[in-house]
Amino acid sequence: MTGLPPPGAPLGHYVSDAPFDPLAAERAAEAAPAVAATQGQVMWWKFRRHRLAVISGLFLIAMYLVVAFAEFLAPSTVDTRNVERIYAPPQALHLFDKGQFVGPFVYGRDMTLDLDTLRRVYTDDTSRVEPLRFFCHGAAYRMWGLIPADLHLFCPANGGELFLLGSDRLGRDVLSRIIHGARISLTIGILGVTMSFALGLILGGIAGYHGGWIDLVIQRVIEVLQSIPTIPLWMALAAIMPVTWSPIVVYAGITVILGLLDWTGLARAVRSKLLALREEDYVLAAQIMGARPRRIIARHLIPGFMSHLIASATLTIPGMILGETALSFLGLGLRPPVTSWGILLTEARNVSTLALYPWLLLPAVPVVLVILAFNFLGDGLRDAADPLR
Amino acid sequence: MIRYILWRLAVMVPTLILISMLVFTIIKLPPGDYFESYVQEMRALGETADLQEIEEMKARYGFDKPVPVQYLHWVGGMLHGDFGYSFEYRMPVSEVVGDRMWLTVLVSMATIIVTWVIAFPIGIYSATHQYSWGDYGLTFVGLLGLAIPNFLLALIMMYFANIWFGISIGHLMDRAYLNQPMSWDKAKSILEHLWIPVLIIGTGGTAGMVRRLRSNLLDELEKPYVVTARAKGLAPGRVLMKYPLRMALNFFISDIGSILPQVVSGAEITAIVLSLETTGPLLIRALQGQDMYLAGSFLMFLAFLTVIGVLISDIALALLDPRIRLEGRAAK
Repeated sequence: MTGLPPPGAPLGHYVSDAPFDPLAAERAAEAAPAVAATQGQVMWWKFRRHRLAVISGLFLIAMYLVVAFAEFLAPSTVDTRNVERIYAPPQALHLFDKGQFVGPFVYGRDMTLDLDTLRRVYTDDTSRVEPLRFFCHGAAYRMWGLIPADLHLFCPANGGELFLLGSDRLGRDVLSRIIHGARISLTIGILGVTMSFALGLILGGIAGYHGGWIDLVIQRVIEVLQSIPTIPLWMALAAIMPVTWSPIVVYAGITVILGLLDWTGLARAVRSKLLALREEDYVLAAQIMGARPRRIIARHLIPGFMSHLIASATLTIPGMILGETALSFLGLGLRPPVTSWGILLTEARNVSTLALYPWLLLPAVPVVLVILAFNFLGDGLRDAADPLR
Repeated sequence: MIRYILWRLAVMVPTLILISMLVFTIIKLPPGDYFESYVQEMRALGETADLQEIEEMKARYGFDKPVPVQYLHWVGGMLHGDFGYSFEYRMPVSEVVGDRMWLTVLVSMATIIVTWVIAFPIGIYSATHQYSWGDYGLTFVGLLGLAIPNFLLALIMMYFANIWFGISIGHLMDRAYLNQPMSWDKAKSILEHLWIPVLIIGTGGTAGMVRRLRSNLLDELEKPYVVTARAKGLAPGRVLMKYPLRMALNFFISDIGSILPQVVSGAEITAIVLSLETTGPLLIRALQGQDMYLAGSFLMFLAFLTVIGVLISDIALALLDPRIRLEGRAAK
């Protein structure tokens, strides 16, 4: 093989004299191992590359496990009150006492009433070491509202107390309330999305499949719903629910409201995907081979856009969680004694309360984390939905 | 151009009609009406309600007529500035509202402008310095802005203003100017208070906009014409200014349609937390008191605000981009 001329020298007519094999590309393709990965596997590989999405997914799984076993994980029940410990600040968790390893423990606390400011002052008493007990019997509860039990993952020492995240104005443990509140806050998003998913699939499917005037009407309705600011509309619908309704019905009502106004984005996605996929070659091929419309829809179209849909549905969950939190925070959504993160945050609504007892704002932390996690997970799923791009 | 604007206005009409129907349904949804609950409340207090007056009011607002007639009455009234009657305040809605509507418009507009001013340079920086530390940092801050809901941010800012500066933020003007006619001093006071709510409401929208601007600009920067311009030896600044940025500008203006409902939503909820003198606090009070006409006018007003905003952005877009103008004509 003659090499290239040195840089700067004129380049003559150049033909590589390496042996030429016109079938090299085909041979190489045949020699390479046949790729036998299924669509799902390819998606999984792609998804795994999005590190943040994987971490978020694991975090969310952990959160939903917390939801499932809230009673067991919370050191106390939702409404156990300790009248002696009103507005107690968070207790620090220690491992070593005077240079000796004791395991996780908290110091005992004394409360005095400051008569000048009329505030309760809590001081740690370092002589009293109160180690945590694990898998212990504590406050009685009914698991999932059915099975009576009293086993907790950890509870305060016998005769001791444990307020890792402080207590509220009734002396209830904020940590336990956050854990229990997750149950409402996290399920409402999932249920709402399930509903808007069904609505979006049906209405978007009809619009995309039929076309014509039905499509026109549905498109119009979507535009109208999208042009109204959601939160005021949610507020209005939530305010309509009578005060006399039981908490469960209100919960269902909020879910319906969130779902009813949220399907527009999904319906649009379904419609445009249907229109795009209908033109794909493989659909034409299936038609030519004599497949019936039902088979084409079920076998070719739905798998084609389902992954996209799930990804975009994931991205709408945070909006719903936020919606419930905002509504409850404003006093229009769920009401006590139901506990959700929004309801916990209503305690922090007053600035002067907040300035004195800042730990009441702690329920905001899981809200922000969960929203971030759903966003990352949705991003990852969206990338994975199109694994070959 | 004029034909495009006219066509756009014509399209707006059915949208507004549908919105008004929806809002009216919401007004009518609660079981019973304000009068019934009012009479009951009076009875509970041991007083007798003035049934005569109530009957008169019912007749005046057409409560004794079938629902479609009531709807027409309501819409017709709105067309010439009669927004109905607030039963709680015993005043026409337009008087209850006062200049709160204009303050809502002011807050929303200011937020949009601030969003643009902040998002534009950040978006360009993030796109041109993709995967740099600056890009990562700004993306992270943006994500936080996206994830922290407005009302939480308002709470947090109130908390820190209280702890660090010992002041309480909130309200849109000094107490002295409440219910005062507009004057220079009042305007100044409003401007001094405006930046906090604007900042709070703007975070979410800004973060979203930066993200979309970044990805749009990145797509544009990969196009062959940019490569060509660069290969020709055009200065990097000019390469960016000449086309990709102009393309991004189009999207920037059309994006108002997607962020405006969000801004208005955020403005309402932030206003409630910070007790601003806008429609937010009144809206929630009206909803809690089931004063549905007042609440309905607010909803209608907010929806109208959004629709008009989108209209303005569409017209601006048509001015900027001849393709849209021509397409609009072709569709006719």
